[in-house]
Amino acid sequence: MNEILDWIIHHSPALIVAVPLLGAFLTILIGKIGPRIRNVFVIIITAITSFFVLLLANYVFTNGIKTYVFGGSSTSIESSYAIRILFEIDGLNAFIAIIAAILPIVAIIYSWAFMKEHTGLDKYYTLILLMTAGMLGMILTGDLFNFFVFLEITSIASAALIAFYLHKANSVQAAFKYIVISAIGALFLLFAIALFYGQYNALNMAVIANNISFTFIDKIALVVLIAALAMKAGIVPMHMWLPDAYGRAPASVTVVLIGTTLASLYGLFRVIFTIYGNHLFTVDSSQIALVLGVLIIILAVVTIVIGVFMALKQNDFKRMIAFAAIAEIGYMFLAVGAALSTYTFEGSSATISASGQMALKGGVFHIFNDALDVGLLFLVAGAVYYAAKETSLNKLGGLARNMKYTTIFFLIGLAAVSGLPPMNGFASKLIIYQSTFQINPLLAIVAILCSILLLATFVKVFYSVFLGPKLPKFSGVKEVPKSMLIAMGIIACIIIFIGLFPNVFVENIVTPAANALQNATSYIGGVL
Amino acid sequence: MAFYIPYIAVVALILIGLYAVVFKRNLIKIVIGITFIECGVNLFLITLGYRENSTAPIYTSSPGGIMSLPVPQALTLTSIVIGVAVLALMLSLVVHIYRHYKTLDARKIIGGDEE
Amino acid sequence: MSGMSKIVKTMTGVAFPFVMIYGLYIIVHGHLTPGGGFQGGAVVASACAMILVAFGSVWIMKKIKESQLSILESIGAISFVVFAFLGLITLFDNNGIFFKNVFANSHYIFGQSVSYGSSAANINTAGTLPLMNIAVGLKVIAAIFLIVLVMASATNKIREGEAE
Repeated sequence: MNEILDWIIHHSPALIVAVPLLGAFLTILIGKIGPRIRNVFVIIITAITSFFVLLLANYVFTNGIKTYVFGGSSTSIESSYAIRILFEIDGLNAFIAIIAAILPIVAIIYSWAFMKEHTGLDKYYTLILLMTAGMLGMILTGDLFNFFVFLEITSIASAALIAFYLHKANSVQAAFKYIVISAIGALFLLFAIALFYGQYNALNMAVIANNISFTFIDKIALVVLIAALAMKAGIVPMHMWLPDAYGRAPASVTVVLIGTTLASLYGLFRVIFTIYGNHLFTVDSSQIALVLGVLIIILAVVTIVIGVFMALKQNDFKRMIAFAAIAEIGYMFLAVGAALSTYTFEGSSATISASGQMALKGGVFHIFNDALDVGLLFLVAGAVYYAAKETSLNKLGGLARNMKYTTIFFLIGLAAVSGLPPMNGFASKLIIYQSTFQINPLLAIVAILCSILLLATFVKVFYSVFLGPKLPKFSGVKEVPKSMLIAMGIIACIIIFIGLFPNVFVENIVTPAANALQNATSYIGGVL
Repeated sequence: MAFYIPYIAVVALILIGLYAVVFKRNLIKIVIGITFIECGVNLFLITLGYRENSTAPIYTSSPGGIMSLPVPQALTLTSIVIGVAVLALMLSLVVHIYRHYKTLDARKIIGGDEE
Repeated sequence: MSGMSKIVKTMTGVAFPFVMIYGLYIIVHGHLTPGGGFQGGAVVASACAMILVAFGSVWIMKKIKESQLSILESIGAISFVVFAFLGLITLFDNNGIFFKNVFANSHYIFGQSVSYGSSAANINTAGTLPLMNIAVGLKVIAAIFLIVLVMASATNKIREGEAE
């Protein structure tokens, strides 16, 4: 038994991406047999993938960096040319892979009942499995061109899924907007990768990080990379596709879309901290880290403010939650930017101050919490749509009498997003407020104010949708089926567990991830 | 000077593609603009692999002289395949949009209904 | 859409086998000459699109159903991933790894070794590479033909919708 587990852990980076891929292609054949077998098969494949991810994360958090080379035994040939394609997993990769493994299985359990009366479900499950494989490949890879290929796989599969409601004109238009913006962003990412390849004759992230010297072309590549990856992550002013795409897709698809957005954010952090890490932060003649940190802080503050103020005036349930998601991405960005701007140089190495370390931990912790919170809110919105067939806030009302469990889940999600105790949002937002207050008090004031405005928005929504007198046209509304309740319950349990015991979570899982971000040398040491 | 002509062509293709995406109203012209940008980036990838007086990299040891780099042709091929898939998806979505709105003008479609 | 005139149909029927053989040659010789799975598959798919344009999509949709092409595409993709998994099974080697080339330099199918230096090309080399090329080529043929077929029938439906 132990040998089998060791074999699985040794080969798990390849298995994590290959098993959903194989399952996606097999789903079309198995779908010809019958719908129940296909649903059970898809749930089994996703459960196996999540299990492998948890095994791998456990191994990496205790033993250090794991490298997996495809098609060969060692990472370099001849003398020291590291040419082969490889997956390299350190603390940050494992942390985000855990999120990317929880979200699809919740979405697939939810869509057992949510999607039951739609046709074309073979293609739906195939595309969700393809999105899962692409998302996990994006997170685990150690090669820049491989990252681009998986990014394109994910964006094509998600654009086809956003247009799932073909009878409505809104969804098709949202999918077209998404694919145009996403294709242009990915092509500019490929342009930056070609710039790297032309200079250093290498596509491997560790090799580029080892050889980089901050020439003029590297500065151009940095700007293009930040712009393209921030466009995919939904940072203002490149956020145009996000409200439409999140708001008009089916609710289970939106949950997996959150995972892909976070994977692009991970790519941005990997580029800034690891590829440019060794050179960017040791050149003491130019204050590049400070300038980069200030730029990121400005973008993050604009994102938070615009996200919250646009969420106040929305009339559509899912669109409002999408704007809240934009604001939450701004919080993560703010924490990381504040940490970047506190780099000080002592001798020949650069370190962040103590409050910067705390901000980095808070930002990384908030990635996990935000994915769960916003995912739960979208699942509740989908449940309301399933029961009442209505998404406009003006027309909904008085649903709490018939849908008790859904109301409880919405209360949990509301408390978690706005940062109220005892949910997990409170823990991560408190760390962000404390650390940014020590760096610059104005940032903390903006963050707390916008959090209060977010709470006000969601309380208004709660009152208008769930409380209030019972409307006559909603008198036949029943509680949603069990599979949707189970999916929402899984996320709610994880939220409450992290909220009650945050220090267990922070010590074992978040701290290795935050340390791996600052430690570019060990990332290079995994390959060369 | 003749050495720089491919790079000038790359910049020209990308700029023409960006102009078409930003300023044109017909949806099909926007799709054609994205294809232009993709062609420009592919040309850039291929041009990076050339060395002066080199032969094709298909021997185990070359008959004389140097061989050009074999990696960019694999990268460009992957990029072309991705471009075909994105193009097929975008054109299918344009067909569906036409079936709903009966027009291909971007100003009448985007910003239409906000419910 | 309806087909074209009799001359076009006859000449397409004559030209189709030649283009298909050329495309299959590009697929199978992918490890020796420039080419491979996607390139050869695109050539064969354009021959199939030529047939579609000449004979009309109404006639073609009676002969070939979308679900058959979809199954063919899935078979191509599954065999690609199965060939990649073959490197993991420790029957062949003790230190297996994903995507390992298990047939090269062995005595199974496609297993001869390549001699050093410039020599005549031997198709019996390079292990799982030609097998993966054939799988990818099959998938690309089915996928591109399916895309063109669906778009042609969608144009049909729009034209019928406008005529009503």
